[in-house]
Formats: sequence, structure tokens, C-alpha cells
Amino acid sequence: MDVKELRSLFPALGRKVYGKPLVYFDNAATAQRPQSVIDEWTRISVESNANIHRAVHLLSEEATEAYEAARESVRMFINAPDRSNIVFTSGTTASVNLVAFSFGEAFVSEGDEVIVSECEHHSDIVPWQMMCQRKNAVLKVLPTDDTGHLKTGLLDSLITDKTRIVCVTHISNVLGLVNPVKDIVRISHLRNVPVLIDGAQGIVHTKVDVQDVDCDFYVFSGHKIYAAPGTGVLYGKRQYLEKMPPYMGGGEMVGTVRFSGTTYAPVPLKFEAGTQNFAGAATIRPALELASQISDDRELDRYSCSVRDFLLDSIMSEARIRLYGVPDDRDEKIPLFSFSVDGVHHEDLALILDKMGVAVRSGQMCAEPLMDRFGVTGMLRVSLAPYNTMEEAVYFMECLHKAISMLG
Amino acid sequence: MEKSLQEVENEVVDEFSMFDGWLDKYEYLIELGKALKDYPEDKKTEDRLIKGCQSRVWLDCSIDGGKIFLNADSDAIITKGIISLLIKIYSGRTPQEILSSDFSVVDRIGLKENLSPTRANGLVSMIATIREIASENL
Repeated sequence: MDVKELRSLFPALGRKVYGKPLVYFDNAATAQRPQSVIDEWTRISVESNANIHRAVHLLSEEATEAYEAARESVRMFINAPDRSNIVFTSGTTASVNLVAFSFGEAFVSEGDEVIVSECEHHSDIVPWQMMCQRKNAVLKVLPTDDTGHLKTGLLDSLITDKTRIVCVTHISNVLGLVNPVKDIVRISHLRNVPVLIDGAQGIVHTKVDVQDVDCDFYVFSGHKIYAAPGTGVLYGKRQYLEKMPPYMGGGEMVGTVRFSGTTYAPVPLKFEAGTQNFAGAATIRPALELASQISDDRELDRYSCSVRDFLLDSIMSEARIRLYGVPDDRDEKIPLFSFSVDGVHHEDLALILDKMGVAVRSGQMCAEPLMDRFGVTGMLRVSLAPYNTMEEAVYFMECLHKAISMLG
Repeated sequence: MEKSLQEVENEVVDEFSMFDGWLDKYEYLIELGKALKDYPEDKKTEDRLIKGCQSRVWLDCSIDGGKIFLNADSDAIITKGIISLLIKIYSGRTPQEILSSDFSVVDRIGLKENLSPTRANGLVSMIATIREIASENL
């Protein structure tokens, strides 16, 4: 498949903004949706709209089938051992909150420690802070160096007998560098500490094999990998999921309910309280089918690497631009570039680029500690998907130069 | 006779209607931003700072002879340009005059996205603060 064919699958990419063709470079915030995802959402809503896991009528059976088929497609996509390892949530944030609460209830006591990295976004910091406050536990931080690489060498000395979990992002949404998660898991497991990997960006840009990485939890959102918004995944090892109490109660997450007490459904249903986003979840299947097709396509891969390399070289060669997340080797960088321009505010650049048809992100990117780390109040971020073209990248650089010269 | 607040609002709207394209509009705002009179560094204090996910805005208000005087600054130049318009319209007015405005001028000159409800948007908070001060000093 070439990039043109791929683009034709995404109706939103044909859109014009302010009379100009849309250049969508905010994919790390959310990706556009292919027609197959839109069709599946419509199909469920038109043909099979019924609540799942409870009724015996045909529509409910069809909706349940689509929902469980999506669970199987996630299992295959990340090579989880079993469907029961896959819990559906509303997104990465909900998945981390679920683990922070339920893992905290089961395994964390006063004085215990939780390790997060300095390059986490708020969704992998705040839930742990909240849990630590509730449990009187201590939050410790694994730092990054000036190029944005995690100081993995410090992890072993940060872990103590009190460490209960290590939480680290696969790829920071600001730095765009693939973290050595397999090493982090190995180091942590040698000390008998489980690891949660935030895969919000990692699931989109790397091939994830949870059994190979051997992580204990892996979380991601559907909407960043072409599925409907409001969908998310928590992969967890059974040994933990089974010991963790439910996060929310109600709906079909039960075994039996009596006023004298309730027993819970087996995993994963124990964690899926209330009516689920079944129309959204069903779209994960066509979304992951496309994602697999894209990642197996060598022509598309070569192309997107060439676009990434062009942007990396262009940005690195500008004396006025400071890139955050500088790779040692190109292949550890995803096509995501956060930077600042000397003497020019990120908001001004984003406003002007928008009027030129280029959608980028500016601000703190939900990662204030990382902004503080690099001593800035915000950054400009461009994040590409496989459907972005070299022409768009070249146009973006022209627009960036024009915006910089307008702003002086 | 001194122009009414509404007359100045309309003048600003007219001024902006002359621009055909977005980029011209922004060029003008950038000029206004650069021309905004200096905001004293010692007044860039925490209590005058409106933090935002995007730009930061400092707002200093004083009351003299029943009129409210505004001085403000931002680290982003387009926001500074809009601030200069707000000062032109609202500074040196009585609380009654300020509250007679519906504050739709930013929207009317087509800069609505600068007022989008992103987290703690500096301009939105600036307008809310101007209104608050006017109500408190009625």
C-alpha cells in the first residue's frame, strides 16, 4: 500500500481548513478514524444496538459478539496469553486509575513506595499520587537526562524493599523516544517489583508483545490507534488482576448480589462495571486490523521513516530551534517532535500555523513536570501518523519559517 | 466629547473588518502587541499572573477617580495584541460602563479561538477578572 491509498481510507484527511488542505500533525493527541471504524460504529448502532453480556435476544448476542471479538483482536495485537488478560476501559487514563486504585488496595500499605519516571504525562502521575496520599505511601521519580533519555541506570538503586510497583511510559508524548521498557522490566523483576507500562504512544509506533516484554500491566487508548474515542485497554497478568478488588461496582461485574454481600465475576468482567461503551469497543477490531496491516507494510514503513528523518534533520539543523528528546540513534525516535524556538512563543506559532492549515499542539502537553525539567512554560509539538506525507512535512517546514519570520 | 465604550468597540471591529486574510489580521495584532506600553517587571508577580496551558497573562488594575485603569502583559505576542485592544476599550472606564459591555468584541473580530475554554485560558480569565473588578467597584 502507498501513502495515497492509506490516506483514502480516512475521510477526515480530505478536509479543508480556512480554505487550505488540512495538514493534521496532532496525531499524538488523537488519530483520525478510517472508514472501517466509522462503519463498525454505525453497524452496531443501526443493526445490533443492545446491551451486552445480559440478555438472550439476538441483538444482545450480536453486540456481545462484536465486543468480545474486539477483545480477541486486542489479545492478538499485543500477544497476550488469554482474553481474560484484557480489560476494556474508557482510555489510558481510566486504565491507570483502575490499576492505581485496585492494585493500591491489594498491595500497597503505609510507607511503601511507587516509582514513576520524570517523563510521564499527568495520567501516569496523578493517579499514583492520589493512591500514595490515600495509603500514606511515597512517590519516587526516575529522572531523565538532558537529551530526554531515562536514566535507567539509576533504577536499581531507586528500588528498595518497600517498592511495590514501577510505572513508566513506553514512549513519552513529549519526547518521542522509545524507552528501554524490556530492561526496566528485567531490572524491576530481579527485585520482585511489577511494572506498568503506559502504552498510549507506544502501541501506535512499536510492535508490542506483552509476553516478550514481560510487563505486568500495559495500558493504552483506542482513539490514538484509529478506534473510537472513549475506548481503552488494560492488559494485566492474571496473578495481579485476580487479587485486585474491583474499581467500580454495579452492572454485570458480579457473581451473586445479596444485601448480606456480593461475589464478583471472574476477570476481566470484574473490572467492567455498568454498561460498557460497546459500540466504541467494537471499533477496536477494525482499527487494530488496519494498524497491523500498516505495521506489516514495508513500503509504508520505509516512507514514514523517510518523513521522520526529513523532519528530524530539518529541525536539528535550525540554530534557533531547541528539540526536546534528541535520539542517539534515529530508530529510537518516533515521528514526534516537541521543540521551542528562541524568542518566539509556542502559542503564537500554533495560532499562525493553524491559519495556514497545519494542526499542531502547543502548551504543556499534560506533562508539567517535564516542562519544568526543561525550564519552559510550554512547547510546540508536531506528531505524525503513517498517513502523513513528505509533501505535508515540507509544507510544514515552510510554514514554520514563515511564522517565525512574522513573529520576529 | 469622549467616545463611549461601545463606540470604541465598534471602531475596533471596523478596523479588523478591513483585513481580508487571517495572516493580515495576525500581522496587525503582532504590531499592536509589540507597541503595547511596557509593563513594569516588578509587577509580574504571582498574584497578578493568570497561568494558562498556553500563554501567561499578567494583569494589574488600579482605581482612580471612580475609573478602572488596566495594565497587562503576556509572554505571547498575539495574546499581547488582543490585550492591547482590551486595554483600549476597557481601561479608564467606570464600572458601569464596563458592565454595559457584553464583551463579545473579541468574538466579533473573529478571534474566538483565542477564547477557547482550554485549561485556564489567560484571556478568558483576564476578561472575567475585569468584569469582577467592575462589579466589586460599582
